Amino acid sequence: MTNKTYAYYPGCSLQHRSHAYEVSNNAVAKTLGFELVEVDDWNCCGATEMFSLNRIPAYSLVARNLARAEEAGSEEVIAACSLCFLNLAKTDQHMKKFAKVEHKVNQALAAGKLHYDPGSVRVRHLLEMVLTDYGLNTIKEYTKRPLYGLTLAPYYGCLLARPNSVFDNTEQPTAMDHLIEALGAKAAPFSMKTYCCGGHMTQISEATALEMIHKIVKNAADGGADAIVTVCPMCQLNLDVYQGYANQLFETEFEIPVMFFSQLIGLAMGFAPKDLGFGQEFISFSPLLEKIQEIPPAKVKPERRSKQALPMPVMPE
Amino acid sequence: MNTSRPQTFYDRVAKATPGGELLGQCLQCGSCGGSCPSGPDMDHTPRALFAMIRAGLEDEVLRSNAPWYCVSCFSCTARCPQQIPITDIMYTLKQMAIQEGHYDHPHATKFSETFIGFVEQRGRSFEFGLATRYHLFHLIQHPTQMLKMGGMGFNMLRRNRLALRPKSIQNMDQLSAILNEAKAIAAKEEQV
Repeated sequence: MTNKTYAYYPGCSLQHRSHAYEVSNNAVAKTLGFELVEVDDWNCCGATEMFSLNRIPAYSLVARNLARAEEAGSEEVIAACSLCFLNLAKTDQHMKKFAKVEHKVNQALAAGKLHYDPGSVRVRHLLEMVLTDYGLNTIKEYTKRPLYGLTLAPYYGCLLARPNSVFDNTEQPTAMDHLIEALGAKAAPFSMKTYCCGGHMTQISEATALEMIHKIVKNAADGGADAIVTVCPMCQLNLDVYQGYANQLFETEFEIPVMFFSQLIGLAMGFAPKDLGFGQEFISFSPLLEKIQEIPPAKVKPERRSKQALPMPVMPE
Repeated sequence: MNTSRPQTFYDRVAKATPGGELLGQCLQCGSCGGSCPSGPDMDHTPRALFAMIRAGLEDEVLRSNAPWYCVSCFSCTARCPQQIPITDIMYTLKQMAIQEGHYDHPHATKFSETFIGFVEQRGRSFEFGLATRYHLFHLIQHPTQMLKMGGMGFNMLRRNRLALRPKSIQNMDQLSAILNEAKAIAAKEEQV
């Protein structure tokens, strides 16, 4: 298979804190036949922190990456972290839409001998790229070990779907639901799928964040989920690492592990868990891995009427 | 600026935000506050803040804790029937509050400043440094919290999820030049 290469913006989180995401992305890429090549000497996107302090430097910080990608001749750049994705996409859009922003940012970039023409690099999220360029049928072809017997909660978080999702519904995205079903597992009913995980609030006002985390985890548990699947390192961190603290605060005992979507695909492709970065999480995946069944669970036909239901009226003969 | 009336607080907020002129279209429908996950902790919902901005209540707006409780989730922005860039207006209000020294609950600004300090120095974020510096210097008044964070940090290290040494980008001179120029442009803008 010809190896397609994509310019790739991993972001700081994937370097260490969420290395599992990086490892599993590369495993999936290798199997599907593409390569993720880092934008040369990329820098941090500034998260939400830079935009809170000073707007023009915040755009310029992000734009340096776009300019370097453009300079290298990349027509698109793939981000795996939802926040990096948003910052790159937003900077590109705002430079295109607001002449003042474009002028000031390019004036700043000129100090580093760079220039960026808005619109010249298409910013994409890894999930969207894998599902659009390869698709569920291709992923199914490479599935060696379907994840029968698992119920998974597809958690999209905020920034993949909002403010203006390009590939899925803003309020009720379903791309990952279809992915989960295609891999043999069951997508849990999950109304909190785009609710915020709290972001940096864990550091600033912990109770605020823990309440959000509690709502999400409880909703996943109510839907019978064995695990939560996410597309963002911040979501993974908050739901995994802070779940215990949320349990303490709300006197609950949830233990729902949180994985990245590429770890999920990798598992179905037959990779060993340790080759997908499993083991770095706080809430262990061992019970989940043991639960995967060899054969698809028999489809139970739901009874049309509950036994407790009132009798149907009978017509006199 | 060549306007017939003197520049109001509303004008300054609208001008400082890309797309901020849409602020004048606010219907006071409250979709923003109703969608906000951290709304219950805010002194004022975005809807109330916008009414206050229009009324020129500068001091009250810049002292409100609302922008600092904004988690940048964009729920309000996505649902606003008038497409007002609410999250971006929250960023503007944070910047104005910092400039005017109004906000006296320092955690949020200190966290942002510490985070960006490492980015400006090295071009990448550095979580171990951020956690130690932020928690040692800014949460020293909460020893139990520090103990808890220490425990979490240890668990992160044990799972190889924290780098002890920061990484730097190669072309730091280029990034510094860009950021310094951008800051100079931003400072010039404020004087206008």
